[in-house]
Amino acid sequence: MNSEIIKPEKPWVLTPRQVAPRALLFSLAFFATIFTLNLTSFNGKLGFFFLLFAYSSAANLTYNVRKHGRKAIGESIAGSLILGGSLVVFLPVFSILFTTLQNGISGLHFTLFTESMSEASFIDPIGNGGLLHALIGTIYLIVISAVISVPMGIITALYLTEIKGPGSRFIQFVVQAMSGVPSVVAGLFIFSSVILLTPIKASSFAGALSLAILMIPTVTRTSQEVLLLVPSDLREAGLAMGATQWKTVVTIVVPAARNGLITATILGVARIAGETAPLIFTLGGADKVNLNPFKDYNSALPFYVWKGLSLGTPESLARAWSGILVLIVLVLSLFILARTFGSQKFKK
Amino acid sequence: MISSALDGKMTPGPREITSNPRLSDKFFRAIVTSFGFSALIILTLIGAFLAVRGFQIFKSEGLHFITGFKWDVTIDDAGEVTYDMGIGAMLVGTILISTVALVVGVPLSISVALFLTFYAPIRIRTFLISIVDLMAAFPSVLFGLWGYFVLMPMATYWSKLLYKYLNWIPIFDAPEKFFERSPFIAGLVLAIMIIPIVTSVSREVFAQTPLDRVQAAYALGATRWGMIRTVVLPFGTNGVIGGAMLGLGRAFGETVAVYTILNLVFRPNWHILYGAGGNIASLIILKWGEATDLETNALLAAGFVLFLMTLGVNMGANFIVGRTLKSGK
Amino acid sequence: MENPDLLEEKIMSTDPNPAASSSAKPNSLGDISATRQANRQPGNRPLGSGLEARGIHAWFGKNHVLEDVSLDFAAGTVTALIGPSGCGKSTFIRTLNRMHEFIPGAAMAGEVLLDGKDVYDPGIDVTKIRLQIGMVFQKPNPFPSMTIGENVLSGIKLAQLKVDNKDDLLEECLVRAGLWSEVKDRLGAHAGGLSGGQQQRLCIARALAVKPKVLLMDEPCSALDPGSTLRIEDTIVELAKNITIVIVTHNMQQAARVSDYTSFFLSDGGPGQMIEVGPTSQIFSRPVDQRTENYVSGRFG
Repeated sequence: MNSEIIKPEKPWVLTPRQVAPRALLFSLAFFATIFTLNLTSFNGKLGFFFLLFAYSSAANLTYNVRKHGRKAIGESIAGSLILGGSLVVFLPVFSILFTTLQNGISGLHFTLFTESMSEASFIDPIGNGGLLHALIGTIYLIVISAVISVPMGIITALYLTEIKGPGSRFIQFVVQAMSGVPSVVAGLFIFSSVILLTPIKASSFAGALSLAILMIPTVTRTSQEVLLLVPSDLREAGLAMGATQWKTVVTIVVPAARNGLITATILGVARIAGETAPLIFTLGGADKVNLNPFKDYNSALPFYVWKGLSLGTPESLARAWSGILVLIVLVLSLFILARTFGSQKFKK
Repeated sequence: MISSALDGKMTPGPREITSNPRLSDKFFRAIVTSFGFSALIILTLIGAFLAVRGFQIFKSEGLHFITGFKWDVTIDDAGEVTYDMGIGAMLVGTILISTVALVVGVPLSISVALFLTFYAPIRIRTFLISIVDLMAAFPSVLFGLWGYFVLMPMATYWSKLLYKYLNWIPIFDAPEKFFERSPFIAGLVLAIMIIPIVTSVSREVFAQTPLDRVQAAYALGATRWGMIRTVVLPFGTNGVIGGAMLGLGRAFGETVAVYTILNLVFRPNWHILYGAGGNIASLIILKWGEATDLETNALLAAGFVLFLMTLGVNMGANFIVGRTLKSGK
Repeated sequence: MENPDLLEEKIMSTDPNPAASSSAKPNSLGDISATRQANRQPGNRPLGSGLEARGIHAWFGKNHVLEDVSLDFAAGTVTALIGPSGCGKSTFIRTLNRMHEFIPGAAMAGEVLLDGKDVYDPGIDVTKIRLQIGMVFQKPNPFPSMTIGENVLSGIKLAQLKVDNKDDLLEECLVRAGLWSEVKDRLGAHAGGLSGGQQQRLCIARALAVKPKVLLMDEPCSALDPGSTLRIEDTIVELAKNITIVIVTHNMQQAARVSDYTSFFLSDGGPGQMIEVGPTSQIFSRPVDQRTENYVSGRFG
């Protein structure tokens, strides 16, 4: 057979020769846009994007109709709108990342990570003080809320996937409802219950409790998805060998889903790392390092940003931007970490 | 070995355990079940605590707490406290801003979801999906900062354009030419914030479209859009509605970003371009700092109203999404 | 194995003059019968329906699933593709109307000629190809959001074709699919209420509405009960009077009952290959290849 010579082809993929006319039309639309902007009262970024979109869609439409006839009208317009809409959505993401980088870098300096604001004020020149206290506060918040919500989330997920008790559909519904609780409500709840009624006052611990309320549903739902992916013959194999259900779950199901459960944890942490609203009621806000998570006010990165934003002077805003840069780097790394673990769902 | 493997095939595992669990399993199941119900307990406690704290206000203000537009607490010389607290303006504002967010955000989300499911090449698709997920993880304070410093200058200009050409439509009219910090701009930021959730729900629903129907449409000579219109959209409409409602729930409860951008005014304003608006969540953090005990309780009562609103919208949304996803299987 | 009625019809309808048949325009619906009769005569060299596969290979990712299949489909005949599971039959017919490319990682080589033009030519409008080569799938898949009538006419709407009289077309297609008498009083009802067999005939009617030259059927009866299967088979025999049909089937009796030509596919662990093609009676009674004989005599597969 001559199968060695014959190569797999994908004749349905667009060839450069087919792409070329479209690229040409797009560049035509681009020049027409520049031309119009210079000659008429259209101006600015909005005018540019609007005209470019209108011209290139029109060019594309004409091309497709000439090539495929009338039925290409809907296809062409829908394609332009869908592509245009997607661009509109992705532009802000890049704008947000770019702005953060641009504004945040100017506020970066060495003492940012070694000093707190105990000796400095937000309106001092940015070389003074740093966000060490906020960083420590955020680490406390993350660790404590993870310690609370990871076991709760995973065990709730086990209830939904392994026990499948009579109430599991209802609990599923409740967990979904819980994931919609506004963060401000979570903060108000911890304030009205824990802070007003128990000896625990505004502190890292109280803040972490309010964040745990937001984290539990995220961990539960992600863990549930992962646990459902564990093949059921693994469970049955365990049970058939005479193991009890809890042994099967602990020794077979959970280890098989380990990486996925780590992903669930990381995504949960990413969900709460940037939360600000609940901390306003539960954290107090401090300017110096507080190593005791159960006592006295503490700070956190979002809180630090919030404070800088509220004061509104150029220096405080610069601090806010550098704080948000640190926060974004944190969230981004968590995200990449989650992806790496998530891509290898099962331990081989 | 062989016999145990056979047993494994012949005995459906779960049935054996439900019939006669061992003691250790009973213990295990009891613990897991009690954890399972913790979500219910937490949710109930949230409602109960906020309701109890707010009870005093609900009792004295009655329905006026919902319909009133003022937020006044005065203490006269004798120490007598008189108050008139209502969240009506905030409620109007919350709904107005969320509506703007939905009107802008949902069509965009649908187009992204369609793009990701049916248009984007596979490699770009996985990258863009991560971007959408990342968007969901951006801190809301960042949206506030970006919205205030980057979007607002642009959006104010768009507001002027809208006002100039469309002010004959009542909602685009404005009593004064003050277009900064308006419900429109806050709604735009919220739109960006709800796009990830609406997109991911829509995407999930679109991806569930039964493949045989998709192929049937293509085999009949449908173009991609023709296929989407005849198969995907009829199948996915309910799911998109559910996703939009989840987004609405997010929009109702969003605090920091809206607070940063919106100019809170205790007066109902339906003109979206005009820089005066309301938002329950923002009211709570605005008044929190200097709140007296009485006011604190009033804010907790407002939190209770917000909790009920989001809970209702969310439960409805999850019900619809769940039903749609199930119908695809 | 041969259906005696069918055989008799073939003998009766012998056209002594193949040249005259080939001069008839093969694919216009009215004039096909002459070609069809010529093609149905086992002794004659089959005349092209305008659809021809040349050296088709198919891959899923790195997995080579189909190797070097060439097949010319005779107009107005039913060609059955038989063979064990996983031998590439379904993949092969999906390359014919370019449904293959919807599977991620799919690749192919070779040519599919429709009226002499390669359907994989970069300049070709793929939606037009699929209009001319219709398809019926394994599982009945009517559009549930549409009524019975809307389902039949959905292809017209999707391809934005102009039809003079939609009601006539609707009736014609449903009659040809053998469904008219059962649904004529409830054309406005939703398609979900039909039985599986009725749904499949509705899908056939839907495929017919856009007037395809060729109809591909990918195991159209595998999800149906025996009674519905027989009705579909009757429909297929009836349809073949003015359309070319390619049917994939696991059921050898079905191939014997409905088809004029049979092509046997087999995979020996590697890519699937076409082992043999010929008139159905010949494949089932005196196949050339030993493997074909083993298969049709039920020794494996």
